Amino acid sequence: MVEGDPDVKPIVGLEIHVELHTATKMFCRCPNRFGDPPNSNVCPVCLGMPGVLPVMNRKALELGIKVGLALNCSAGGFSKWDRKGYYYPDLPKNYQISQYDLPICRDGWIEVPLDDGAVKKVRIRRAHLEEDAGKNIHDHADHTGVDLNRAGVPLLEIVSEPDINSSHEAGAYARAMQRLVRWLGASQANMQMGHIRFEPNINLHIASAGKTYKTPIVEVKNLNSFKALEAAVAFEIGRQTEEWRADPEGFSLEKLSKQNRGWDDVRMATVFQREKEEAHDYRYFPEPDLAPVEVGETWLESIRSQVGELPLQRRERYIKEYGLAFKDADALTQDGPTGDLLDGAVKAGADPKRSVNLLLGRGAAIANERGCQIAEIGLAVEQLAELAKMLADQEINATAAAKVFDLMIAGRQNPRQIAMKQGLLAVTDAGQIEKWVDQAIADNPSAVQDVRQGGKKQKKAFGFLMGQVMQKSRGAAAARQVQDLLEKKLGGGQQ
Amino acid sequence: MPQKIDNELVRHIAKLGRIELADEQVGTFGRQLSAILDYVGKLQELNTDGIEPMAHAVELRNVLADDSPGESLKPDQALANAPQRDGDFFAVPKVIDDSQ
Amino acid sequence: MSGITNLTACETASAIAAGKLSAVDVAKAYLAAIERLEPAICAYNEVFADRAMDQARQIDAAISRGESVGPLAGVPVALKDNICTDFGRTTCSSKILANFHSPYSACVAEKLLAAGAVILGKTNLDEFAMGSSTENSATRTTRNPWDTSRVPGGSSGGSAAAVSAGLAAAAMGSDTGGSIRQPAGLCGVVGLKPTYGRVSRYGLVAYGSSLDQIGPITRDAADCALLLRAIAGHDSRDSTSLPADVPDYLAELETPLKNLRIGLPKEFFGQALDSEIRSAIDKAVGTYKSLGATAVEVSLPHSRIDVGPGGQLSSYAVACYYIVATAEASSNLARYDGAHYGHRTAGPVKDIIDMYSKSRAEGFGDEVKRRIMLGTYVLSSGYYDAYYLKAMKVRRLIKNDFDEAFKSCDALICPTSPTTAFKLGEKTADPIQMYLADIYTISLNLAGLPGVSIPAGLSASGLPIGMQLVGPVLSEGTLLRAARMFEKTSGTCNLMAKMVQS
Ligand SMILES: [Mg+2]
Ligand SMILES: [Zn+2]
Repeated sequence: MVEGDPDVKPIVGLEIHVELHTATKMFCRCPNRFGDPPNSNVCPVCLGMPGVLPVMNRKALELGIKVGLALNCSAGGFSKWDRKGYYYPDLPKNYQISQYDLPICRDGWIEVPLDDGAVKKVRIRRAHLEEDAGKNIHDHADHTGVDLNRAGVPLLEIVSEPDINSSHEAGAYARAMQRLVRWLGASQANMQMGHIRFEPNINLHIASAGKTYKTPIVEVKNLNSFKALEAAVAFEIGRQTEEWRADPEGFSLEKLSKQNRGWDDVRMATVFQREKEEAHDYRYFPEPDLAPVEVGETWLESIRSQVGELPLQRRERYIKEYGLAFKDADALTQDGPTGDLLDGAVKAGADPKRSVNLLLGRGAAIANERGCQIAEIGLAVEQLAELAKMLADQEINATAAAKVFDLMIAGRQNPRQIAMKQGLLAVTDAGQIEKWVDQAIADNPSAVQDVRQGGKKQKKAFGFLMGQVMQKSRGAAAARQVQDLLEKKLGGGQQ
Repeated sequence: MPQKIDNELVRHIAKLGRIELADEQVGTFGRQLSAILDYVGKLQELNTDGIEPMAHAVELRNVLADDSPGESLKPDQALANAPQRDGDFFAVPKVIDDSQ
Repeated sequence: MSGITNLTACETASAIAAGKLSAVDVAKAYLAAIERLEPAICAYNEVFADRAMDQARQIDAAISRGESVGPLAGVPVALKDNICTDFGRTTCSSKILANFHSPYSACVAEKLLAAGAVILGKTNLDEFAMGSSTENSATRTTRNPWDTSRVPGGSSGGSAAAVSAGLAAAAMGSDTGGSIRQPAGLCGVVGLKPTYGRVSRYGLVAYGSSLDQIGPITRDAADCALLLRAIAGHDSRDSTSLPADVPDYLAELETPLKNLRIGLPKEFFGQALDSEIRSAIDKAVGTYKSLGATAVEVSLPHSRIDVGPGGQLSSYAVACYYIVATAEASSNLARYDGAHYGHRTAGPVKDIIDMYSKSRAEGFGDEVKRRIMLGTYVLSSGYYDAYYLKAMKVRRLIKNDFDEAFKSCDALICPTSPTTAFKLGEKTADPIQMYLADIYTISLNLAGLPGVSIPAGLSASGLPIGMQLVGPVLSEGTLLRAARMFEKTSGTCNLMAKMVQS
């Protein structure tokens, strides 16, 4: 046993498998679609039938490079395909087409925002393309069912350097990666659909009594949620600390080889997985059925031009340029298209804050109901810009704007037309407004007096009179006109 | 360099290649594989320093397909040759872990 | 009607198109020949008699309606049983695929059907095309029509025997190390291995993916041109398919090549070469010279054939091939595991690994197992660099030799095979002896080059001698013209073995 308080530093590297958002699979033209009946999105190629050959999906390649570029990797150049051999029933060829020594992306980094506001830089070792396996269904006692719909779906495997030092950092890194791939339109990155899966490699560097101990590396396989990822890393830190305490010299990287462990969601613990004897002999060799790719500068530049501004850069810009609060700026940069709506509306002349209020008001509420991104509710830039301008010009008030918002999403119509049709436009007829103003002045002499006298009560009394006019108009009077007229009639200038 | 293929190595290779060997086959395959490896060991006579490995017979690059859906099979066609099926799933002996 | 099966594919096609023969009569004649000779030859794994007759009737109907039909309309063609068809079975002469029905057809099968060919059946082969005598078949033993106690060669032995015996007008073979050319040579017919990528591999059951090519086996060079024209061309389903136009190989065929420069690789004419074969090739070179060709000596040092002190042959190319081909095969054949299709053991199994291992042990023959194990070994950790990586480098050296040789000549001439057809059972005990049957053909597959084997005459004992013409990438047109020049002058084409004539 070890006495005292050793300094324990967790060393974590993360492999993330991201399913790319393509219409078809990596090497055949079956749909890449989740949730269909078993073995309905399959063909001879993805069934691994005798005589079939793979043909690489251009979109998958470009999405992989796009992610790599956004991760500051050196991407493109010469890259090739390799076969990785292992026998498993959800891998019908019994080899996986992957990339071994020449991955499509290498040596990058990502900035990960942490909870305390700090930003951590995690280095990316490589990102390579490979095909996904199908699914084994274990709900029978005497056999396993195999569904090959997912077999051949394009995956990007992103491998970090062991720069992550806590379970929270692992979670933050994974969330940043999810946000990035969504941002780029490279993946839907939906956890429930298994679009993104994690495999952390964990060990500890422990400084105790002037000596540094390293615990054996554990790889936890196939984690499907942020929660499981964070819990598994935390569990391993605890477990490895305990094991080390019990045997500081024996429980070491030098003496014990790397171990695979699974995650038990019920017990919230990692569990030992028996090592297959030949588990590490994948017999990689160059895939003879696929030509290498060589992505030259022009092609690379055209992909780079699609990468654009990244989430953290945009968040920073929103705070500086639009004067948004951190919280709002962050909410608008969870995905790319939502911010694109905002930028588009501003470019079309709308006020940033009014546009943001619309997006994060009804927009966020509807998106939340539907379980989608704000950009996916069916809002067009022109609609947002027009409605924000109508608000700014007081042509419509906030309550009416919310109604128009819902209607324009459903019908994809122009907000002004909707407001006119539904009678939601503000009344701007000067004669009508003067009538309401005069009536309010006549009905409320004491408030009128408070305003005219000036002093402490003036502001409150003016507001009261404004409210009276709006009430008489049932909310339809154009507020600025009312204000201007009231000011004029009550002696002006005070407001 | 040519290496003697002993029984243990034959069993290891057979396991990697998922081929069950009867005990009496192990010796025969071992002898035959040793002889073949001896033969192909001839390549060691050649100096190949600085020679670019050749994985393909022709040098093609960037053979890529558009991401537009084609035809898939119906489940019944996909499963027509299946030794065992369970509804529209292929059925195989129980797989214990999902570690790959 | 027996004269019908003596016609070449070109003659058959034009007779049918001209209304001189009906496709039905042609199909009937071939089915009758199959009925008569197949028991002695055993070329076919499966004959599609009804289907062939249906096809023939449709072609006749189309012709009688005055519709235009394809260039192969009514020509009976056999397919090696490793070419997938969505009718019948595709077995690769293996127990593991004994009952396999492919849900799709190979590109080559589609193209032949589109050209109007009548598919007669699927021919026997060495299991998964692994062998040089067709004796490694799990289905039957195919015999050489010139002497039924001898092998037809392999692995496309069924296709070569069928064409040679008049059981098909033409056939498709596949060639990974000589499997079209060597049986064609041993059976006295023409066999062409196209440039790698010239013909789509889509639907060819893979053995050595970077070496495999489908090609025609025919009675003469004109038939070869006719069939190659029908099957060649780019296919977007095969990423290794060459995006090159297909010339009209037939149109220029009869025009002799002027100033043809023939290269004679000196390494192929050493002491290892059988003297009868040597003199047949010498004679052929003489024929070419009489037609205005010049001959130069060239060198292919890395395809050299060495003779050991005990007379045993060895070659870098054969060594290189057995590493590359078996490595690829070990991976290509991993899919046959009893999970999704193919043979699954009936016995009790402990777990899925046990199911895989037993199914594969029961389903594969010894040669296939041997090659899977060799390929597994050369790729496994610790041995990859010494074997597989080394072989990939030697492969480059072999290819460089050819590039160099073609600087001074248009085509190489060499034997197809070191011997004429050998006796059944003669080489089955020693795998390496069998591997040496491909000693002259194997380098081309490594280099990706086209080669055609044509008959150069008969040996004293009446067995065909094959001669190989080799050209640079996409030189099939030149090779076929050169072959045509020779066969027209020598008369060694559309040869018929005695048993066929009687
Ligand atoms: Mg992977
Ligand atoms: Zn598919």
